[in-house]
This record gives sequence, structure tokens and C-alpha cells, in this order.
Amino acid sequence: MSDRLPSGVTYRTIEGSDRLVTEGPPVYGEPTSEGWRAWDVRRSKLGAMFERGMDTGLEGGETVLYLGAAAGTTVSHVADFAGPTYAVEFAARPVADLLEVAAERPNLFVLLEDARSPSEYAHVVEPVDVIVQDVATRDQAQVANANRQFLSDDGRLLAVVKARSEDVTADPETVFDRFLDRLEGYSVLETERLDPFHDDHLAVIATPE
Amino acid sequence: MVNYGMNLCVLYICGRAIRFENTFGSPVVWWAMNADRGSDRGWFSSVSPGDPETYVGAIADGSANEPADWPSRSIESGVVPDQSSYYELLHAATQATARAQVRRRERTDDQRLIHCIRAMDDTERVANELAERVSAWSSTTDTPVSGIDGARELLSRSPTQTDDAIAAATDERLVSLAEQVVSLDDEATALRETIEKSMPTVAPNLSMLAGPVLGARLIALAGGLEALAKQPSGTIQVLGAEDALFAHLAGRGSSPKHGVIFVHEYVSGTEPSLRGSAARALAGKLAIAARIDHYAGDRRPSLQAELDERIATIQSRGDGDE
Repeated sequence: MSDRLPSGVTYRTIEGSDRLVTEGPPVYGEPTSEGWRAWDVRRSKLGAMFERGMDTGLEGGETVLYLGAAAGTTVSHVADFAGPTYAVEFAARPVADLLEVAAERPNLFVLLEDARSPSEYAHVVEPVDVIVQDVATRDQAQVANANRQFLSDDGRLLAVVKARSEDVTADPETVFDRFLDRLEGYSVLETERLDPFHDDHLAVIATPE
Repeated sequence: MVNYGMNLCVLYICGRAIRFENTFGSPVVWWAMNADRGSDRGWFSSVSPGDPETYVGAIADGSANEPADWPSRSIESGVVPDQSSYYELLHAATQATARAQVRRRERTDDQRLIHCIRAMDDTERVANELAERVSAWSSTTDTPVSGIDGARELLSRSPTQTDDAIAAATDERLVSLAEQVVSLDDEATALRETIEKSMPTVAPNLSMLAGPVLGARLIALAGGLEALAKQPSGTIQVLGAEDALFAHLAGRGSSPKHGVIFVHEYVSGTEPSLRGSAARALAGKLAIAARIDHYAGDRRPSLQAELDERIATIQSRGDGDE
């Protein structure tokens, strides 16, 4: 399992249990040990993808575009093992917290922008190796399609589809199928439900066609 | 310093205009927005390294059709000597920009919506008053109409020919007044649509539970989202019923069970004897929603499910009695 982890992400024993960890300044009160911070896989979907042993293709040091960074729980871990990390978040209040996370991470660049309008940040973001998408909007496939222009030819899209953001009433499987149908210009490499860490979430790994 | 403030102001308006699809915009804003579109220069082209006053406009104001290898381009154009100084500059610029945007947005978003909802109420009220005047007036003509729909109908008719000079002159004013009614009614609709579009961004959870218009009304009654987030749920329950509340506190009348949240289907759609419980449950969830919206800002769909369940339980008590 851990041979699929990027360098900079590993397992360590913290407070008596084996935890996924990265190295960096603590952010959300997570347990730490000798500079390693436990990555709470119940709070982070990317963390859950690693925990599940999905093949993210991440090796460490990549350039990352993170869509839907929120207050920075997950993106703080990403910035710990990745290279330049662009964090896009549209809601002002979580960005206030995200700014504090970025203050201690010189490779984390915060953009208060709408992930549905990439031209508003294309003058800042360079082509990237990885897009991590965790947005709570309707039409999440559209967000992935609109941002494909940032992804290098052999890059990876690591997307998490939130069924309840698309349609609270619909059956999650229907929502997931619709997302995969609407995804354009990507070929899907792997999908996996993130239950029980995250109910009604589908992790999707894809690469540009 | 003066220059810095001006910069902030302009780019903020641009940001708004994009997000609200120009609802608050003016022709000048449109122009400013479009002038920068399609530029394929990197953010650093308008930046002087070491001069933080130029950072915010560069990030927030710019746009590009597609990404490019900005680090290399900035080095080629001589803005920075190497990659590590590029990222250092970018970090300083993004931090300064996002901080300025957060400060500015938090200060005014809810206040704009308060103006929207009050303007919506004003336009509806005036449209109705004038529509009554149009109705009364039209009863002196051959074709009486009533209400706002009547004013619309009156406009769609072809004007009747008359030899009576007074009738011709006053009919013209009547038609003109009907035009004002229709125009005010259209504005009220446009204001409602704006609120429906903007509330999910300003207060996603409150908007989800209460609906955008009722949510905006609660923010207006409290005086802002922060103020609402600090209200206990008992206060939210009776917002808009202040007259009844103070009458009760002065010893007259019973305590009000609900204020404006009465319009929510979970209160008005619950049978009268259980409305107090329903209002209390709804107000409790609305208080939580307002706090999440103000302090966290992310959307929590589970709140809706919890509320639905709680209301179903309350309403089923009534069914059991019957």
C-alpha cells in the first residue's frame, strides 16, 4: 500500500496508532510527532484516497492546482509534499483560515476565485502536473472540464464527487454516473467510493485523453 | 496609500460584477471588466517587485485565456532573476490579494443583500399602491382593470379613440401610470432573482434551510450576517414579531410563537397547535446555519436532512392525535 504513497507522505506511529502523516507546521489541531503531522483521513478526501491505496500517481514535488481548498485542511498536507501548490477557493470566510495556513508555507498560493471561471486565474496559475478537485457546487464535471487546460498531457486529475452537492435527493450512483458521463477530454483510470470515511463521495482518478 | 485604496475599490467592484452577473454593475464597470479580458499577459506584467501596492490589482484584476509557463516568462521579461524569487514574489502577491479581498467581501456582501431585500419590499409595496390607484382610475373608463395584472392588461390594449379632450389627456396619464406599476413590478422580480442568485454564496446554509428570500430577510432584520450569527435561536424565532414580543413583555398578550419565519412552509404548513414547536425547531437550525455561514462558510447538506427529520417528527405528533 505504502509503495503508492508519494515521497513526503508516510505512515508513522503517533499516540499509539499508525497514522498517515506529512511533515510541516500543524494546522487544525492534529496530533504531531517530531515534525510529522497526522493526516486525518476522515476529514480529508485525498487522505482517504491514500488510505484506500488508490494509485494517485503522485510522487512528491509536483506542481498542483487545488480546486475547492476550503480552510486548508487537505491542501496543507498537499503543500507539505508537493511543489508549487495553487489553492483556489471562492468563499471568503474559509480563505481567511487558508491564508494562515499559507503564511507558513511559501509554496502555497491562495486564490480567492471561482473554479468555474478559470480565465480569472489563468494569468497566475502555470500548467500543473496534478489537479485536485474537491468543490461543493453543482455540475462538478463542468469544473473539471473547464480546468483541464491547466493539466499537462501526462498529468492527473484527482477529483472527489460529492453526490449531495449535485443533488441531495438523487441516488448517489446516478449522480456519479452523470459526473463520469459529462467528463470531457479525460480518460478515467480508477474510481472508488470513499465510504465509510466520507459518505456518498466518489473518488475519480483521470488523465487527459 | 491613497492609490492602494483606489485600486482595491475598483477591483472589488469588478469581482462583484462578475459574480452577480453585473446586477450591481454600471456601464463603467462593464467597460472596466471587458477591457482586461482576453489579455494573455501574466499577472506580473503590471507588478513592481518590492512595491506591495501593485500586487493586489495584478492578481485580482487580471485574467488570461489560458495558462502559460509564467515562472519562465517572468524571468525572461526580467521581472525576477530566478525561479525562487518568482515564487517568493507570487506568495507575497497572492497573500496580499486574498487578504484584501476577504476583508472587503466580508464587510459588504451581506449589506448589499440587505439593500436588495429592502428595495424588493419597497418596490412591491409601491407597485401595489399605484396599482390600486390605476384600478380606481380605470373604473371611470370603459375598461376597468384591477391589480398589477390589470395594469399589465391595460398596457397591452390599443388606446381607445375619443373626441373628449379631457378624457384623451387623462387616459394618457393613466396609461403612463400603469407603465410605472409594471416597471416597478418587474424591478421587484429582478431584485428577487438577484437575491436568489446571491444568497447561496453569501450564506449557503441559511439560504438552503430558509430559502434565499427568507434568509435575506432574517439577515436584514438582524442587521447583518455576523449579527444574525450572534443571535440566540429564541430571538431568530421571533425576528419580525417585535411588536407582539414587546407587548407581551409589557404584560399584554401572549408571547409570539414566530416572526417572519412563519412564511417558511415548515411553520405555516404545520397545524396551528404544533406551530410553536415547528418554529422553535426551525429557528434552532437557522441559528446553527447562520453561525456556520459566518464563521466557517462551507455548505453542510446534513443540516437540511436533520431539519427535515425533526419537522417530520413534530408533524407526526399531530397525525397521532387525530
